[in-house]
Amino acid sequence: MRKGLLWSLLFAIAGVVLAVIGLGIGSVHVPLGEVWGALTGSLQDGTAAVIVRQVRLPQVLTAALAGGGLAAAGLIMQTLFRNPLAGPGVLGITSGAGLGVAVVTLTGASAFLPWPRDLLVVAAALSGAFGVLTLITLADRRIGDGLTLLIIGLMTGYLCSAIVSVLQSASAAQALKDQVMWGMGTFGAVQGVQLWWLATVVLAGLIAAIALVKPLNALLLGEEYAASMGTDTARTRRIAIGTTGLLAGVITAFCGPVAFLGLAVPHIARLFVRTNDHAALMPASILLGSALAIGCDSVTRVAGTDPALPLNAVTSLLGAPVVLWILLGGEHRSRA
Amino acid sequence: MNAPLRAENLAIGHGKRSLLSGMDFAIYAGELVALIGVNGIGKSTLLRTLAGLRSALAGDVRVEGVPIAFLSASRRARRVAIVLTGRPATGQLDVETLVALGRQPWTGRWGRLSAEDHARVDRALRFAEADHLRGKALHACSDGECQKVLIARALAQDTPVLLLDEPTAFLDLPNRAAIVRMLRRIAQEERKAVLFSTHDLQLALDLSDRLLLLRDGPLWNGTPAEAVASGTLEHAFSGTGIHFDAGGGHRFER
Repeated sequence: MRKGLLWSLLFAIAGVVLAVIGLGIGSVHVPLGEVWGALTGSLQDGTAAVIVRQVRLPQVLTAALAGGGLAAAGLIMQTLFRNPLAGPGVLGITSGAGLGVAVVTLTGASAFLPWPRDLLVVAAALSGAFGVLTLITLADRRIGDGLTLLIIGLMTGYLCSAIVSVLQSASAAQALKDQVMWGMGTFGAVQGVQLWWLATVVLAGLIAAIALVKPLNALLLGEEYAASMGTDTARTRRIAIGTTGLLAGVITAFCGPVAFLGLAVPHIARLFVRTNDHAALMPASILLGSALAIGCDSVTRVAGTDPALPLNAVTSLLGAPVVLWILLGGEHRSRA
Repeated sequence: MNAPLRAENLAIGHGKRSLLSGMDFAIYAGELVALIGVNGIGKSTLLRTLAGLRSALAGDVRVEGVPIAFLSASRRARRVAIVLTGRPATGQLDVETLVALGRQPWTGRWGRLSAEDHARVDRALRFAEADHLRGKALHACSDGECQKVLIARALAQDTPVLLLDEPTAFLDLPNRAAIVRMLRRIAQEERKAVLFSTHDLQLALDLSDRLLLLRDGPLWNGTPAEAVASGTLEHAFSGTGIHFDAGGGHRFER
Protein backbone atom coordinates (compact mmCIF):
# COMPACT_ATOMS: atom_id res chain seq x y z
CA MET A 1 0.00 0.00 0.00
CA ARG A 2 2.73 2.44 1.01
CA LYS A 3 4.76 1.25 -1.95
CA GLY A 4 1.77 2.00 -4.18
CA LEU A 5 1.67 5.54 -2.84
CA LEU A 6 5.36 6.00 -3.60
CA TRP A 7 4.92 4.86 -7.20
CA SER A 8 1.87 7.08 -7.61
CA LEU A 9 3.94 10.04 -6.47
CA LEU A 10 6.73 9.14 -8.87
CA PHE A 11 4.29 8.77 -11.77
CA ALA A 12 2.77 12.16 -10.91
CA ILE A 13 6.20 13.79 -10.93
CA ALA A 14 7.06 12.05 -14.21
CA GLY A 15 3.81 13.40 -15.66
CA VAL A 16 4.65 16.98 -14.68
CA VAL A 17 8.20 16.70 -16.02
CA LEU A 18 7.01 15.20 -19.30
CA ALA A 19 4.37 17.93 -19.56
CA VAL A 20 6.91 20.74 -19.14
CA ILE A 21 9.24 19.12 -21.70
CA GLY A 22 6.31 18.41 -24.04
CA LEU A 23 5.15 22.02 -23.95
CA GLY A 24 8.39 23.02 -25.67
CA ILE A 25 8.24 20.34 -28.36
CA GLY A 26 6.63 20.87 -31.74
CA SER A 27 6.91 22.49 -35.15
CA VAL A 28 7.93 25.64 -33.26
CA HIS A 29 10.52 24.86 -30.62
CA VAL A 30 10.07 26.74 -27.35
CA PRO A 31 13.05 26.71 -24.95
CA LEU A 32 12.44 25.46 -21.42
CA GLY A 33 12.93 28.90 -19.89
CA GLU A 34 10.23 30.42 -22.08
CA VAL A 35 7.86 27.51 -21.33
CA TRP A 36 8.32 28.21 -17.64
CA GLY A 37 7.81 31.91 -18.22
CA ALA A 38 4.60 31.32 -20.18
CA LEU A 39 3.25 29.04 -17.48
CA THR A 40 4.07 31.31 -14.55
CA GLY A 41 2.92 34.41 -16.37
CA SER A 42 6.26 36.23 -16.39
CA LEU A 43 6.30 35.91 -20.16
CA GLN A 44 3.12 37.75 -21.12
CA ASP A 45 3.05 37.92 -24.91
CA GLY A 46 4.96 36.85 -27.96
CA THR A 47 4.48 33.82 -30.15
CA ALA A 48 6.02 31.42 -27.61
CA ALA A 49 3.57 32.43 -24.86
CA VAL A 50 0.59 32.09 -27.20
CA ILE A 51 1.70 28.68 -28.48
CA VAL A 52 2.38 27.33 -24.99
CA ARG A 53 -0.72 28.71 -23.29
CA GLN A 54 -3.34 28.49 -25.99
CA VAL A 55 -2.25 25.55 -28.15
CA ARG A 56 -0.02 23.18 -26.24
CA LEU A 57 -1.29 23.56 -22.68
CA PRO A 58 -4.86 22.48 -23.58
CA GLN A 59 -3.35 19.60 -25.55
CA VAL A 60 -1.19 18.42 -22.64
CA LEU A 61 -4.11 18.75 -20.20
CA THR A 62 -6.33 16.78 -22.58
CA ALA A 63 -3.67 14.07 -22.80
CA ALA A 64 -3.44 13.92 -19.00
CA LEU A 65 -7.21 13.60 -18.62
CA ALA A 66 -7.63 11.08 -21.44
CA GLY A 67 -4.67 8.92 -20.38
CA GLY A 68 -5.80 8.75 -16.76
CA GLY A 69 -9.42 8.11 -17.71
CA LEU A 70 -8.62 5.35 -20.19
CA ALA A 71 -6.27 3.65 -17.73
CA ALA A 72 -8.98 3.69 -15.03
CA ALA A 73 -11.55 2.32 -17.49
CA GLY A 74 -9.13 -0.42 -18.57
CA LEU A 75 -8.34 -1.49 -15.01
CA ILE A 76 -12.03 -1.60 -14.03
CA MET A 77 -12.82 -3.75 -17.07
CA GLN A 78 -9.91 -6.14 -16.45
CA THR A 79 -11.15 -6.81 -12.93
CA LEU A 80 -14.86 -6.82 -13.75
CA PHE A 81 -14.53 -9.26 -16.65
CA ARG A 82 -11.68 -11.20 -14.93
CA ASN A 83 -9.69 -10.80 -18.12
CA PRO A 84 -6.18 -9.37 -18.42
CA LEU A 85 -6.79 -8.47 -22.07
CA ALA A 86 -9.94 -6.45 -21.41
CA GLY A 87 -9.86 -2.77 -22.24
CA PRO A 88 -12.05 -0.17 -23.92
CA GLY A 89 -10.43 -0.83 -27.32
CA VAL A 90 -10.36 -4.63 -27.33
CA LEU A 91 -13.93 -5.02 -26.16
CA GLY A 92 -15.23 -2.71 -28.88
CA ILE A 93 -16.32 0.13 -26.59
CA THR A 94 -14.31 2.75 -28.48
CA SER A 95 -15.57 1.35 -31.80
CA GLY A 96 -19.13 1.74 -30.54
CA ALA A 97 -18.39 5.32 -29.55
CA GLY A 98 -16.71 5.83 -32.92
CA LEU A 99 -19.81 4.62 -34.73
CA GLY A 100 -21.89 7.10 -32.75
CA VAL A 101 -19.54 9.92 -33.69
CA ALA A 102 -19.50 8.87 -37.36
CA VAL A 103 -23.29 8.89 -37.51
CA VAL A 104 -23.31 12.52 -36.36
CA THR A 105 -20.33 13.81 -38.35
CA LEU A 106 -20.84 11.90 -41.60
CA THR A 107 -24.59 12.04 -42.05
CA GLY A 108 -24.80 15.71 -41.22
CA ALA A 109 -27.37 14.89 -38.56
CA SER A 110 -26.17 17.88 -36.55
CA ALA A 111 -27.70 20.19 -39.14
CA PHE A 112 -31.21 18.90 -38.39
CA LEU A 113 -31.12 18.76 -34.62
CA PRO A 114 -31.34 21.88 -32.48
CA TRP A 115 -28.43 20.82 -30.21
CA PRO A 116 -24.89 22.22 -30.25
CA ARG A 117 -22.68 19.94 -32.38
CA ASP A 118 -20.30 19.08 -29.52
CA LEU A 119 -23.10 17.93 -27.28
CA LEU A 120 -24.53 15.85 -30.09
CA VAL A 121 -21.17 14.18 -30.77
CA VAL A 122 -20.68 13.38 -27.09
CA ALA A 123 -24.23 12.05 -26.75
CA ALA A 124 -23.77 9.86 -29.84
CA ALA A 125 -20.41 8.57 -28.61
CA LEU A 126 -21.90 7.74 -25.20
CA SER A 127 -24.83 5.92 -26.83
CA GLY A 128 -22.43 3.86 -28.92
CA ALA A 129 -20.17 3.09 -25.94
CA PHE A 130 -23.04 2.04 -23.69
CA GLY A 131 -24.66 0.06 -26.50
CA VAL A 132 -21.56 -2.10 -26.91
CA LEU A 133 -21.00 -2.30 -23.13
CA THR A 134 -24.53 -3.59 -22.63
CA LEU A 135 -23.95 -6.22 -25.31
CA ILE A 136 -20.62 -7.27 -23.75
CA THR A 137 -22.16 -7.45 -20.28
CA LEU A 138 -25.02 -9.63 -21.49
CA ALA A 139 -22.54 -11.86 -23.32
CA ASP A 140 -20.38 -12.09 -20.19
CA ARG A 141 -23.38 -13.17 -18.09
CA ARG A 142 -24.42 -15.76 -20.66
CA ILE A 143 -21.11 -17.37 -21.50
CA GLY A 144 -18.71 -16.29 -18.75
CA ASP A 145 -15.75 -17.32 -20.90
CA GLY A 146 -12.95 -14.80 -21.28
CA LEU A 147 -11.81 -15.81 -24.76
CA THR A 148 -15.30 -15.78 -26.26
CA LEU A 149 -15.90 -12.39 -24.69
CA LEU A 150 -12.80 -10.96 -26.36
CA ILE A 151 -13.87 -12.37 -29.72
CA ILE A 152 -17.34 -10.88 -29.31
CA GLY A 153 -15.67 -7.54 -28.52
CA LEU A 154 -13.46 -7.75 -31.60
CA MET A 155 -16.37 -8.74 -33.86
CA THR A 156 -18.47 -5.88 -32.51
CA GLY A 157 -15.55 -3.60 -33.30
CA TYR A 158 -15.38 -4.88 -36.90
CA LEU A 159 -19.14 -4.51 -37.25
CA CYS A 160 -19.00 -0.88 -36.11
CA SER A 161 -16.04 -0.16 -38.43
CA ALA A 162 -17.91 -1.71 -41.35
CA ILE A 163 -20.92 0.54 -40.79
CA VAL A 164 -18.57 3.53 -40.50
CA SER A 165 -16.97 2.57 -43.86
CA VAL A 166 -20.37 2.45 -45.52
CA LEU A 167 -21.20 5.87 -44.10
CA GLN A 168 -17.80 7.19 -45.25
CA SER A 169 -18.32 6.12 -48.84
CA ALA A 170 -21.49 8.16 -49.00
CA SER A 171 -20.27 11.30 -47.29
CA ALA A 172 -18.91 14.66 -48.40
CA ALA A 173 -15.14 15.12 -48.83
CA GLN A 174 -14.60 17.53 -45.93
CA ALA A 175 -16.68 15.47 -43.48
CA LEU A 176 -14.78 12.39 -44.59
CA LYS A 177 -11.40 14.06 -44.01
CA ASP A 178 -12.44 15.24 -40.54
CA GLN A 179 -13.65 11.77 -39.69
CA VAL A 180 -10.47 10.05 -40.86
CA MET A 181 -8.31 12.53 -38.93
CA TRP A 182 -10.43 11.93 -35.84
CA GLY A 183 -9.95 8.20 -36.31
CA MET A 184 -6.19 8.53 -35.98
CA GLY A 185 -6.62 9.96 -32.51
CA THR A 186 -5.39 13.31 -31.25
CA PHE A 187 -5.23 15.22 -28.00
CA GLY A 188 -5.04 18.46 -29.93
CA ALA A 189 -8.67 18.96 -30.95
CA VAL A 190 -10.01 20.02 -27.55
CA GLN A 191 -10.24 23.77 -27.12
CA GLY A 192 -11.64 26.33 -24.72
CA VAL A 193 -14.88 25.33 -23.09
CA GLN A 194 -14.57 21.76 -24.46
CA LEU A 195 -11.65 21.22 -22.10
CA TRP A 196 -13.84 22.14 -19.14
CA TRP A 197 -16.46 19.64 -20.26
CA LEU A 198 -13.90 16.90 -20.72
CA ALA A 199 -12.30 17.70 -17.36
CA THR A 200 -15.63 17.64 -15.51
CA VAL A 201 -16.72 14.31 -16.92
CA VAL A 202 -13.33 12.61 -16.61
CA LEU A 203 -12.79 13.80 -13.04
CA ALA A 204 -16.27 12.53 -12.11
CA GLY A 205 -15.38 9.18 -13.69
CA LEU A 206 -12.07 9.04 -11.83
CA ILE A 207 -13.78 9.75 -8.51
CA ALA A 208 -16.18 6.89 -9.24
CA ALA A 209 -13.22 4.65 -10.14
CA ILE A 210 -11.50 5.44 -6.83
CA ALA A 211 -14.77 4.80 -5.00
CA LEU A 212 -14.87 1.33 -6.63
CA VAL A 213 -11.57 0.28 -5.04
CA LYS A 214 -13.11 -1.76 -2.22
CA PRO A 215 -15.66 -3.76 -4.28
CA LEU A 216 -13.13 -4.28 -7.09
CA ASN A 217 -10.74 -5.81 -4.57
CA ALA A 218 -13.51 -8.15 -3.42
CA LEU A 219 -14.18 -9.12 -7.06
CA LEU A 220 -10.57 -10.33 -7.40
CA LEU A 221 -11.74 -13.45 -5.56
CA GLY A 222 -14.71 -13.89 -7.92
CA GLU A 223 -18.30 -12.77 -7.79
CA GLU A 224 -19.47 -15.34 -5.21
CA TYR A 225 -16.71 -14.57 -2.74
CA ALA A 226 -17.38 -10.86 -3.26
CA ALA A 227 -21.07 -11.34 -2.46
CA SER A 228 -20.18 -13.45 0.60
CA MET A 229 -18.00 -10.59 1.85
CA GLY A 230 -20.83 -8.08 1.66
CA THR A 231 -20.39 -6.62 -1.83
CA ASP A 232 -23.62 -5.74 -3.59
CA THR A 233 -22.36 -7.28 -6.84
CA ALA A 234 -25.24 -6.13 -9.06
CA ARG A 235 -24.82 -2.53 -7.91
CA THR A 236 -21.03 -2.67 -8.29
CA ARG A 237 -21.43 -4.02 -11.82
CA ARG A 238 -23.83 -1.17 -12.73
CA ILE A 239 -21.52 1.51 -11.34
CA ALA A 240 -18.43 -0.06 -12.91
CA ILE A 241 -20.07 -0.28 -16.33
CA GLY A 242 -21.49 3.22 -16.05
CA THR A 243 -18.05 4.58 -15.17
CA THR A 244 -16.17 2.79 -17.96
CA GLY A 245 -18.82 3.72 -20.54
CA LEU A 246 -18.74 7.36 -19.47
CA LEU A 247 -14.94 7.59 -19.50
CA ALA A 248 -14.37 5.68 -22.75
CA GLY A 249 -17.31 7.32 -24.51
CA VAL A 250 -16.49 10.93 -23.69
CA ILE A 251 -12.75 10.55 -24.21
CA THR A 252 -13.35 8.88 -27.58
CA ALA A 253 -15.73 11.65 -28.61
CA PHE A 254 -13.08 14.32 -27.95
CA CYS A 255 -9.84 12.51 -28.78
CA GLY A 256 -10.80 9.77 -31.21
CA PRO A 257 -10.33 6.04 -30.60
CA VAL A 258 -7.00 6.17 -28.72
CA ALA A 259 -5.47 2.72 -29.05
CA PHE A 260 -3.97 0.52 -26.33
CA LEU A 261 -3.65 3.00 -23.44
CA GLY A 262 -6.61 1.52 -21.52
CA LEU A 263 -5.40 -2.03 -22.01
CA ALA A 264 -1.66 -1.59 -21.51
CA VAL A 265 -1.32 1.00 -18.73
CA PRO A 266 -2.73 -1.15 -15.86
CA HIS A 267 -0.25 -3.89 -16.78
CA ILE A 268 2.69 -1.50 -16.85
CA ALA A 269 1.53 -0.12 -13.48
CA ARG A 270 1.31 -3.68 -12.05
CA LEU A 271 4.90 -4.20 -13.10
CA PHE A 272 5.91 -1.39 -10.76
CA VAL A 273 3.53 -1.62 -7.79
CA ARG A 274 3.57 -5.46 -7.92
CA THR A 275 0.09 -5.93 -6.49
CA ASN A 276 -3.47 -6.28 -7.67
CA ASP A 277 -4.70 -4.34 -4.63
CA HIS A 278 -6.75 -1.59 -6.29
CA ALA A 279 -6.04 0.82 -3.42
CA ALA A 280 -2.48 1.00 -4.79
CA LEU A 281 -3.08 0.01 -8.40
CA MET A 282 -5.94 2.38 -9.27
CA PRO A 283 -4.18 5.68 -8.41
CA ALA A 284 -0.91 4.36 -9.87
CA SER A 285 -2.63 3.38 -13.14
CA ILE A 286 -4.43 6.72 -13.44
CA LEU A 287 -1.26 8.75 -12.90
CA LEU A 288 0.87 6.50 -15.10
CA GLY A 289 -1.82 6.72 -17.80
CA SER A 290 -1.66 10.51 -17.65
CA ALA A 291 2.13 10.55 -17.79
CA LEU A 292 2.31 8.09 -20.69
CA ALA A 293 -0.40 9.93 -22.65
CA ILE A 294 1.51 13.20 -22.19
CA GLY A 295 4.68 11.41 -23.31
CA CYS A 296 3.01 9.88 -26.39
CA ASP A 297 1.52 13.24 -27.28
CA SER A 298 4.98 14.84 -27.13
CA VAL A 299 6.40 12.07 -29.31
CA THR A 300 3.81 12.87 -32.01
CA ARG A 301 5.31 16.39 -32.14
CA VAL A 302 8.98 15.43 -31.83
CA ALA A 303 9.47 15.12 -35.60
CA GLY A 304 8.40 18.73 -35.88
CA THR A 305 6.04 17.92 -38.74
CA ASP A 306 2.77 19.69 -39.26
CA PRO A 307 0.35 17.96 -38.88
CA ALA A 308 1.98 15.93 -36.12
CA LEU A 309 2.42 12.14 -36.29
CA PRO A 310 -0.80 10.17 -35.77
CA LEU A 311 -1.30 9.56 -32.04
CA ASN A 312 -2.54 6.01 -32.56
CA ALA A 313 0.69 5.02 -34.27
CA VAL A 314 2.63 6.12 -31.19
CA THR A 315 0.30 4.52 -28.61
CA SER A 316 0.25 1.29 -30.64
CA LEU A 317 4.04 1.18 -30.73
CA LEU A 318 3.93 1.40 -26.95
CA GLY A 319 0.91 -0.81 -26.30
CA ALA A 320 1.16 -3.69 -28.75
CA PRO A 321 4.43 -5.05 -27.30
CA VAL A 322 2.85 -4.95 -23.84
CA VAL A 323 -0.04 -7.10 -25.05
CA LEU A 324 2.35 -9.55 -26.70
CA TRP A 325 4.28 -9.72 -23.47
CA ILE A 326 1.09 -10.52 -21.49
CA LEU A 327 0.22 -13.26 -23.97
CA LEU A 328 3.70 -14.73 -23.74
CA GLY A 329 3.21 -14.97 -20.00
CA GLY A 330 5.82 -12.44 -18.96
CA GLU A 331 3.74 -10.92 -16.24
CA HIS A 332 2.69 -14.25 -14.82
CA ARG A 333 6.27 -15.44 -14.64
CA SER A 334 7.42 -12.28 -12.95
CA ARG A 335 4.71 -12.73 -10.30
CA ALA A 336 6.00 -16.03 -9.02
CA MET B 1 -28.58 -24.49 22.78
CA ASN B 2 -27.17 -21.73 20.62
CA ALA B 3 -27.68 -22.56 16.95
CA PRO B 4 -26.30 -19.72 14.76
CA LEU B 5 -27.49 -21.53 11.63
CA ARG B 6 -30.87 -23.14 11.17
CA ALA B 7 -32.73 -24.49 8.14
CA GLU B 8 -36.51 -24.69 8.33
CA ASN B 9 -38.44 -26.71 5.77
CA LEU B 10 -35.75 -25.64 3.31
CA ALA B 11 -35.99 -26.48 -0.39
CA ILE B 12 -33.07 -25.82 -2.72
CA GLY B 13 -32.46 -26.09 -6.44
CA HIS B 14 -31.71 -24.25 -9.66
CA GLY B 15 -34.48 -22.06 -11.01
CA LYS B 16 -37.65 -24.11 -10.78
CA ARG B 17 -35.89 -27.48 -10.64
CA SER B 18 -35.89 -28.63 -7.05
CA LEU B 19 -32.92 -30.69 -5.85
CA LEU B 20 -33.81 -31.25 -2.21
CA SER B 21 -36.75 -30.18 -0.09
CA GLY B 22 -38.24 -30.33 3.38
CA MET B 23 -34.89 -30.01 5.15
CA ASP B 24 -34.87 -29.12 8.86
CA PHE B 25 -31.60 -28.95 10.75
CA ALA B 26 -29.52 -26.74 12.99
CA ILE B 27 -25.77 -26.26 13.31
CA TYR B 28 -24.74 -25.40 16.87
CA ALA B 29 -21.92 -23.19 18.07
CA GLY B 30 -18.76 -25.16 18.76
CA GLU B 31 -19.78 -28.02 16.51
CA LEU B 32 -18.14 -29.47 13.37
CA VAL B 33 -20.69 -30.97 10.99
CA ALA B 34 -19.84 -32.88 7.82
CA LEU B 35 -22.11 -32.70 4.78
CA ILE B 36 -22.03 -36.00 2.90
CA GLY B 37 -23.66 -37.08 -0.34
CA VAL B 38 -22.90 -38.32 -3.83
CA ASN B 39 -21.89 -35.97 -6.67
CA GLY B 40 -24.73 -33.85 -7.99
CA ILE B 41 -27.03 -34.41 -5.00
CA GLY B 42 -26.89 -30.69 -4.12
CA LYS B 43 -24.15 -30.20 -1.50
CA SER B 44 -22.70 -27.10 -3.14
CA THR B 45 -26.15 -25.68 -3.82
CA LEU B 46 -27.13 -26.24 -0.18
CA LEU B 47 -23.96 -24.50 1.07
CA ARG B 48 -24.50 -21.53 -1.29
CA THR B 49 -28.12 -21.28 -0.18
CA LEU B 50 -27.08 -21.37 3.48
CA ALA B 51 -24.57 -18.58 2.73
CA GLY B 52 -27.29 -16.47 1.10
CA LEU B 53 -25.57 -16.57 -2.31
CA ARG B 54 -28.66 -18.23 -3.82
CA SER B 55 -32.23 -17.89 -2.70
CA ALA B 56 -34.11 -20.85 -1.27
CA LEU B 57 -36.93 -22.31 -3.36
CA ALA B 58 -39.02 -22.64 -0.19
CA GLY B 59 -38.58 -22.48 3.57
CA ASP B 60 -36.06 -20.42 5.51
CA VAL B 61 -32.40 -20.19 6.35
CA ARG B 62 -32.11 -18.46 9.71
CA VAL B 63 -28.84 -16.94 10.87
CA GLU B 64 -28.89 -16.12 14.58
CA GLY B 65 -32.67 -16.31 14.34
CA VAL B 66 -33.05 -13.87 11.43
CA PRO B 67 -34.15 -15.14 7.97
CA ILE B 68 -31.12 -14.67 5.73
CA ALA B 69 -33.21 -13.09 2.98
CA PHE B 70 -33.95 -10.18 5.34
CA LEU B 71 -30.28 -9.42 5.87
CA SER B 72 -28.42 -6.92 3.69
CA ALA B 73 -25.29 -8.24 1.96
CA SER B 74 -23.02 -6.55 4.49
CA ARG B 75 -24.98 -7.75 7.55
CA ARG B 76 -25.04 -11.27 6.13
CA ALA B 77 -21.29 -11.10 5.55
CA ARG B 78 -20.73 -10.37 9.25
CA ARG B 79 -22.52 -13.60 10.16
CA VAL B 80 -21.67 -16.19 7.50
CA ALA B 81 -18.31 -16.85 5.83
CA ILE B 82 -17.82 -19.41 3.07
CA VAL B 83 -14.82 -21.15 1.52
CA LEU B 84 -15.61 -22.27 -2.03
CA THR B 85 -13.92 -25.03 -4.01
CA GLY B 86 -11.07 -24.18 -6.31
CA ARG B 87 -8.37 -21.58 -6.34
CA PRO B 88 -9.47 -18.07 -7.29
CA ALA B 89 -7.24 -16.44 -9.93
CA THR B 90 -6.10 -13.46 -7.89
CA GLY B 91 -2.88 -12.78 -9.84
CA GLN B 92 -0.48 -10.45 -8.11
CA LEU B 93 -2.13 -10.39 -4.70
CA ASP B 94 -0.09 -11.40 -1.67
CA VAL B 95 -1.60 -13.73 0.91
CA GLU B 96 -1.75 -11.09 3.62
CA THR B 97 -3.78 -8.69 1.44
CA LEU B 98 -6.00 -11.57 0.33
CA VAL B 99 -6.74 -12.62 3.92
CA ALA B 100 -7.37 -8.96 4.81
CA LEU B 101 -10.19 -8.94 2.22
CA GLY B 102 -12.05 -11.01 4.81
CA ARG B 103 -12.29 -7.83 6.90
CA GLN B 104 -14.37 -6.09 4.22
CA PRO B 105 -17.73 -6.46 6.03
CA TRP B 106 -16.20 -4.62 9.00
CA THR B 107 -14.26 -1.85 7.23
CA GLY B 108 -15.57 1.49 5.97
CA ARG B 109 -16.22 2.94 2.54
CA TRP B 110 -12.57 2.72 1.42
CA GLY B 111 -11.74 -0.61 3.02
CA ARG B 112 -8.99 0.90 5.16
CA LEU B 113 -7.83 -1.50 7.90
CA SER B 114 -7.79 -0.40 11.55
CA ALA B 115 -5.34 -1.70 14.14
CA GLU B 116 -8.00 -4.18 15.24
CA ASP B 117 -8.47 -5.37 11.64
CA HIS B 118 -4.73 -5.98 11.33
CA ALA B 119 -4.75 -7.89 14.62
CA ARG B 120 -7.64 -10.07 13.39
CA VAL B 121 -5.82 -10.79 10.12
CA ASP B 122 -2.65 -11.76 12.02
CA ARG B 123 -4.65 -14.01 14.32
CA ALA B 124 -6.45 -15.70 11.39
CA LEU B 125 -3.15 -16.29 9.59
CA ARG B 126 -1.63 -17.88 12.69
CA PHE B 127 -4.69 -19.98 13.47
CA ALA B 128 -4.78 -21.35 9.91
CA GLU B 129 -1.01 -21.99 10.00
CA ALA B 130 -0.56 -19.66 7.04
CA ASP B 131 1.56 -17.04 8.79
CA HIS B 132 4.71 -17.95 6.84
CA LEU B 133 2.87 -17.48 3.51
CA ARG B 134 2.10 -13.76 4.02
CA GLY B 135 4.20 -12.43 1.17
CA LYS B 136 3.46 -15.24 -1.28
CA ALA B 137 0.98 -15.07 -4.18
CA LEU B 138 -1.86 -17.60 -4.11
CA HIS B 139 -0.83 -19.22 -7.40
CA ALA B 140 2.60 -19.90 -5.92
CA CYS B 141 1.07 -21.82 -2.99
CA SER B 142 0.61 -25.59 -2.96
CA ASP B 143 -2.95 -26.93 -2.81
CA GLY B 144 -2.65 -27.49 0.92
CA GLU B 145 -1.26 -23.99 1.53
CA CYS B 146 -3.95 -22.47 -0.69
CA GLN B 147 -6.69 -24.12 1.37
CA LYS B 148 -5.15 -22.79 4.60
CA VAL B 149 -5.01 -19.29 3.12
CA LEU B 150 -8.65 -19.43 2.05
CA ILE B 151 -9.63 -20.68 5.52
CA ALA B 152 -7.62 -17.83 7.05
CA ARG B 153 -9.57 -15.35 4.90
CA ALA B 154 -12.86 -16.82 6.15
CA LEU B 155 -11.61 -16.69 9.77
CA ALA B 156 -10.66 -13.03 9.36
CA GLN B 157 -14.30 -12.39 8.44
CA ASP B 158 -15.03 -13.17 12.10
CA THR B 159 -18.45 -14.80 11.64
CA PRO B 160 -20.36 -17.18 13.94
CA VAL B 161 -21.04 -19.47 10.96
CA LEU B 162 -18.34 -20.97 8.71
CA LEU B 163 -19.25 -22.99 5.60
CA LEU B 164 -16.73 -24.86 3.44
CA ASP B 165 -17.31 -26.57 0.10
CA GLU B 166 -15.03 -29.62 -0.18
CA PRO B 167 -12.03 -28.14 1.64
CA THR B 168 -10.15 -31.45 1.33
CA ALA B 169 -10.50 -31.88 -2.43
CA PHE B 170 -7.17 -32.22 -4.31
CA LEU B 171 -5.22 -32.74 -1.06
CA ASP B 172 -3.05 -35.67 -0.03
CA LEU B 173 -4.04 -37.71 3.02
CA PRO B 174 -1.89 -35.89 5.64
CA ASN B 175 -3.13 -32.52 4.38
CA ARG B 176 -6.75 -33.70 4.40
CA ALA B 177 -6.43 -34.81 8.01
CA ALA B 178 -4.68 -31.57 8.94
CA ILE B 179 -7.41 -29.43 7.38
CA VAL B 180 -10.31 -31.28 9.05
CA ARG B 181 -8.50 -31.21 12.41
CA MET B 182 -8.04 -27.49 11.91
CA LEU B 183 -11.78 -27.11 11.26
CA ARG B 184 -12.46 -29.05 14.47
CA ARG B 185 -10.20 -26.69 16.43
CA ILE B 186 -11.91 -23.69 14.82
CA ALA B 187 -15.31 -25.00 15.93
CA GLN B 188 -14.22 -25.78 19.46
CA GLU B 189 -11.88 -22.91 20.26
CA GLU B 190 -13.66 -20.14 18.35
CA ARG B 191 -17.15 -21.45 19.21
CA LYS B 192 -18.20 -21.29 15.57
CA ALA B 193 -20.81 -23.41 13.86
CA VAL B 194 -18.78 -25.14 11.11
CA LEU B 195 -20.34 -27.08 8.23
CA PHE B 196 -18.15 -28.62 5.52
CA SER B 197 -18.97 -30.82 2.57
CA THR B 198 -16.67 -33.73 1.83
CA HIS B 199 -16.26 -37.03 0.05
CA ASP B 200 -13.84 -38.19 2.73
CA LEU B 201 -16.12 -40.55 4.65
CA GLN B 202 -13.46 -41.78 7.01
CA LEU B 203 -12.36 -38.29 8.00
CA ALA B 204 -15.96 -37.21 8.45
CA LEU B 205 -16.75 -40.22 10.63
CA ASP B 206 -13.62 -39.87 12.75
CA LEU B 207 -13.37 -36.11 13.20
CA SER B 208 -16.81 -34.51 12.89
CA ASP B 209 -19.39 -34.18 15.64
CA ARG B 210 -22.33 -34.83 13.39
CA LEU B 211 -23.16 -35.84 9.82
CA LEU B 212 -25.76 -34.43 7.46
CA LEU B 213 -26.34 -37.06 4.80
CA LEU B 214 -27.97 -35.84 1.60
CA ARG B 215 -29.68 -38.62 -0.36
CA ASP B 216 -32.82 -39.33 -2.32
CA GLY B 217 -35.47 -39.04 0.34
CA PRO B 218 -35.29 -37.13 3.61
CA LEU B 219 -32.06 -35.66 4.93
CA TRP B 220 -30.35 -37.89 7.53
CA ASN B 221 -28.93 -36.07 10.54
CA GLY B 222 -27.02 -37.75 13.38
CA THR B 223 -23.67 -38.58 14.97
CA PRO B 224 -21.06 -40.70 13.16
CA ALA B 225 -21.65 -43.54 15.64
CA GLU B 226 -25.38 -43.52 14.91
CA ALA B 227 -24.72 -43.46 11.19
CA VAL B 228 -22.62 -46.61 11.41
CA ALA B 229 -24.82 -48.43 13.97
CA SER B 230 -28.08 -47.76 12.15
CA GLY B 231 -26.68 -48.97 8.84
CA THR B 232 -27.52 -45.60 7.29
CA LEU B 233 -24.25 -45.39 5.40
CA GLU B 234 -24.53 -48.95 4.12
CA HIS B 235 -28.05 -48.14 2.97
CA ALA B 236 -27.09 -44.79 1.39
CA PHE B 237 -24.35 -46.44 -0.63
CA SER B 238 -26.27 -49.63 -1.41
CA GLY B 239 -25.79 -50.88 -4.93
CA THR B 240 -22.47 -49.03 -5.32
CA GLY B 241 -20.31 -51.99 -4.29
CA ILE B 242 -19.08 -50.28 -1.13
CA HIS B 243 -19.48 -52.01 2.26
CA PHE B 244 -19.16 -50.60 5.76
CA ASP B 245 -17.93 -52.47 8.78
CA ALA B 246 -18.85 -51.92 12.44
CA GLY B 247 -16.13 -49.30 12.93
CA GLY B 248 -17.34 -47.18 10.01
CA GLY B 249 -14.48 -48.29 7.78
CA HIS B 250 -15.34 -49.17 4.20
CA ARG B 251 -14.01 -51.53 1.60
CA PHE B 252 -14.65 -51.83 -2.09
CA GLU B 253 -15.93 -54.90 -3.97
CA ARG B 254 -13.54 -56.01 -6.64
